Amino acid sequence: MTNVTLRDIAHARAGDKGDNSIILVAPYGSEDLTTVAAALDVTAVASHFDMPVENVTVTIHPTLRAATVVLRGRLQGGVTRSLTIDPHGKTLAAHLLELPLSASSCKGAPLPDRS
Amino acid sequence: MTYRIGVGAGFGDDRMDPAERLVADGELDALGFECLAERTIALAHAAMATGRKPGYDPRILRRLRGVLPSATAQGMKILTNAGAADPIGAARAARTLADELGVPDVVVAAVTGDDVLAQLSPDSEIAGTDQCLRDLGDRVLSANAYLGADGLVAALESGANVVIAGRVSDSALFAAPILHHYGWSLDDWGRVADCVLVGHLLECGGQLSGGYFADGDRKQVPGLATLGFPFADVELNGSATYSKVVGTGGLISHETVLEQLLYEVDDPRRYLTPDVVLDMSHATIEQLAEDTVSVSGARSAGRPDQLKVSVGVRDGFLSVAEIMYVGTGSLRRARLAAEIVTERWSVVHGRDPQEVRVDFVGHNAGRAWYQPEHEPPEVGLRFALRTFDKTVARLLVEETGALYTNGPFGGGGVTSRIRETVGLVSTFIDRDAVNSKMEIIR
Repeated sequence: MTNVTLRDIAHARAGDKGDNSIILVAPYGSEDLTTVAAALDVTAVASHFDMPVENVTVTIHPTLRAATVVLRGRLQGGVTRSLTIDPHGKTLAAHLLELPLSASSCKGAPLPDRS
Repeated sequence: MTYRIGVGAGFGDDRMDPAERLVADGELDALGFECLAERTIALAHAAMATGRKPGYDPRILRRLRGVLPSATAQGMKILTNAGAADPIGAARAARTLADELGVPDVVVAAVTGDDVLAQLSPDSEIAGTDQCLRDLGDRVLSANAYLGADGLVAALESGANVVIAGRVSDSALFAAPILHHYGWSLDDWGRVADCVLVGHLLECGGQLSGGYFADGDRKQVPGLATLGFPFADVELNGSATYSKVVGTGGLISHETVLEQLLYEVDDPRRYLTPDVVLDMSHATIEQLAEDTVSVSGARSAGRPDQLKVSVGVRDGFLSVAEIMYVGTGSLRRARLAAEIVTERWSVVHGRDPQEVRVDFVGHNAGRAWYQPEHEPPEVGLRFALRTFDKTVARLLVEETGALYTNGPFGGGGVTSRIRETVGLVSTFIDRDAVNSKMEIIR
């Protein structure tokens, strides 16, 4: 398997709150949340967005079979202040889906422990 | 007997025709038009201050014109936040429209009380900063608290069938008629959570029914040109089933509902609204049939003691100018043009070139940190600048235009715009200090 990315197993939609980008990621019906959770390793996500790892949060929602990625400060001022072409950061969801799936994440890691 | 509520607009710029189809064929009990983005109300205050524009969103009159006679004949309730900075002005215009359309028995109400500029302390802390409102001085333009459903419910209790508010939470527009219909109290937080969840799912209009979902590949959505907006059938037990008018375009599936549920929520266990802190982490989404999905399991995590206040702040001018390069070497020529403008910014104009943002559209404008492997076949060079000095805003436009005869080979298609902008900051106010008011407009 070459060039396997998150897009092959999951869909996503981005929203914004202030200066933070919030991205919902969910596995397609037949895919495994465990694989998506493993791909969304916080270090890998931070690197993919060229951000400090402490500004990235990934939360897995087992009941809803979904994950929330929060990128703090990624919107460079947010919807009313940013000079970027996409102040809402709506397009960042498509960038997240280009996250490569590593060999280890394809195998599937255990779900992070959370209520 | 279920209660059916639909959404006629998910934002101010939304399509007009889906609401007309919903009212004609949806057999609705109520319809909500969500037309007020967070920054829109500050812009509306700015517009009203000029005296040349109304403080409400005038498109609500077009929306109402298309649905009011039929909706009234069916006994439907209509709620909207399109009143923006002037709900009473919008309600008066709606009253006049109803008479013009020959539906004089429409009862129009305005909900106010969200404007808290006069009562806000200059010492109010600006969320996420060390500053307080005093530090913004005369740049502060407006301050609107997010009201909950109480004023809307009061209007419905007074017999209103068109209720026009300003800054109320988006979900309250949909929660209020459900609460009113079933006679549920705003203090029954569990019930309120059910109603707020319905509002949360409907508030973005077509985004629940297949809008903003398709990728033309794995995510196929039929009929996006005639996308049908969704409605909810709310049961007495608080669960709801989402569907749309048969024959309209779009898609309501587990995936479309899940995206809408979570996409702008940073913590699904604590989604703050004025009426309840919504816990949706235990929600169950179940596809019952084609384009029919039920959602249940909302929980209350309490009610906030404070309401969020959106404060509009004068923020100067945003100047954006673009020029296009096509063909081999287009990125190289765009970079050369950017160097020319930034050099002139300092050498000729004596200004800091760091204030000008440069992006290469078609290359990496959406993600400046990303370096594509391949050269793009064409590039839009985009400059952007924020300034309080309009002559500086114009300077950026002039420098970009001058690239035609003074810049690299083959630039074309210069476009530019300058607009006055309003920034937003947030603060909080005790909920007891804010009083929703309701007024029937005759």
